[in-house]
Amino acid sequence: MKFLPTKWIALALMALGLAGCSGNWGWYVVDPRLDAGWLNLRFLLSGYLYTILLSVTAFVISFALGLMVALPGISRRRGPRAFNRVYVEIVRSMPILVLILWVYYGVAQGVGLSISVFWSGVIALAISDSAFQAEIFRAGIQSIDKGQYEAAHSISLSNADTMRFIILPQAIRRILPALGNQFVYVVKMSSLVSIIGYEELTRKANELIVQEYRQFEIYTVLALEYLVLVLILSAGVRWLERRMRTDERG
Amino acid sequence: MQPDQTDPIILMEGVSKSFGDFRALKDVSLEVAAGERVVVCGPSGSGKSTLIRTINRLERHEAGRITLAGVELDDGRASREAVRAGVGMVFQQFNLFPHLTVLGNLTIGPVRARGLSEREARELAMRYLERVHIPEQADKYPRALSGGQQQRVAIARSLCMEPRIMLFDEPTSALDPEMINEVLEVMADLASTGMTMICVTHEMGFARRVADKMVFMDAGEIVETADPETFFTAPTSQRCQDFLRKILNH
Repeated sequence: MKFLPTKWIALALMALGLAGCSGNWGWYVVDPRLDAGWLNLRFLLSGYLYTILLSVTAFVISFALGLMVALPGISRRRGPRAFNRVYVEIVRSMPILVLILWVYYGVAQGVGLSISVFWSGVIALAISDSAFQAEIFRAGIQSIDKGQYEAAHSISLSNADTMRFIILPQAIRRILPALGNQFVYVVKMSSLVSIIGYEELTRKANELIVQEYRQFEIYTVLALEYLVLVLILSAGVRWLERRMRTDERG
Repeated sequence: MQPDQTDPIILMEGVSKSFGDFRALKDVSLEVAAGERVVVCGPSGSGKSTLIRTINRLERHEAGRITLAGVELDDGRASREAVRAGVGMVFQQFNLFPHLTVLGNLTIGPVRARGLSEREARELAMRYLERVHIPEQADKYPRALSGGQQQRVAIARSLCMEPRIMLFDEPTSALDPEMINEVLEVMADLASTGMTMICVTHEMGFARRVADKMVFMDAGEIVETADPETFFTAPTSQRCQDFLRKILNH
């Protein structure tokens, strides 16, 4: 059942090759052997930088935000726990597209604060993702054995030091696969930011389609662009997991 | 060493503690002199662990008083400081930090809670690792060590805080039989240095050899307190006689 990424890519290329047989299809628009095709392809690929920039920025912020929301969630007091629940429930129930429109158009009109497309995208993605990250963090922290807290207490570590040096490093190791998934999710959701005109992969594809009218070919290339990016990310996460495991083996 | 009976370093007076409907400690009083070695035994669920866990505030007592070197234990700062500077604890499940090396386990307390420099902490750690006979394991991770070695690291970790009192909560109960002795030897060695110790253990050979005072608990009460000689040869209470018969004749 286990397919290697390279096999998947080969399979996709074969499908493309077959598709090229049909007279109705116009792969010339993205054929790197042709000058115009190569130009179009480079235009599409230039979206990578912006997709990555947007996703990474949003993910870093949602990571910090998620942690800040998760910590009150494990508090012994009710107030902080209630804050955690309310935040998670509200944010989790908001569609990302709605959030993007709200931040970009809504805030500009309602508050008179105009935020650039990039930062609107970052804010919307980060907020939306932070609720999921908070839940992942909370599960990770709660999975750490009570004995770790007791041992930290017995050598007089403060609560903050216990979290920072003992609990979080172990929790993050455990939730790494889930965090990796979450990053892949953010990358895919970043395509929605094309709607407000941010020049990432999806936006570039839409712009090219307006010129060339070859939806099938261009959207296929777009899908492959995301596929390649996500496969590379997954391999990166697996590499990180392996490295952290060998760390502990000593 | 003859313990100085006029100056109790730990004084428990009428201490009670419940977990829901379960009364774990009922009106317990105990005096421990500086340098005294106390062994606590009794059937499981009798409150032995809870008793020593109230001394380093892993459990808060609900009634009665606990005084540690003259400082009454409560939620205040003086109490926290007294526990921090005074009490070390060794757990049944070792509770080493799996993501830190042996040296990391030993130095984090001194560096974060006692304000030692990394170098000072490392020297201190190596001194105590030599004392528990495993300096060569300093750079390994806990999971690479045997159970007996892990427990000795845990003892060294506590000693690095240079406590006046060491609490042992069934330190050999999770060990394979062939590893029990190496841990008991380290504990006996520690006892010979004049450390105040309270050990919850079923190792009656160790108790006979090391203890100044035997405490027998049942159903949350201290049923009998005696010197080892009297305790093993002429226990007064029926419950204690039954218990000793069971564990000595297996």
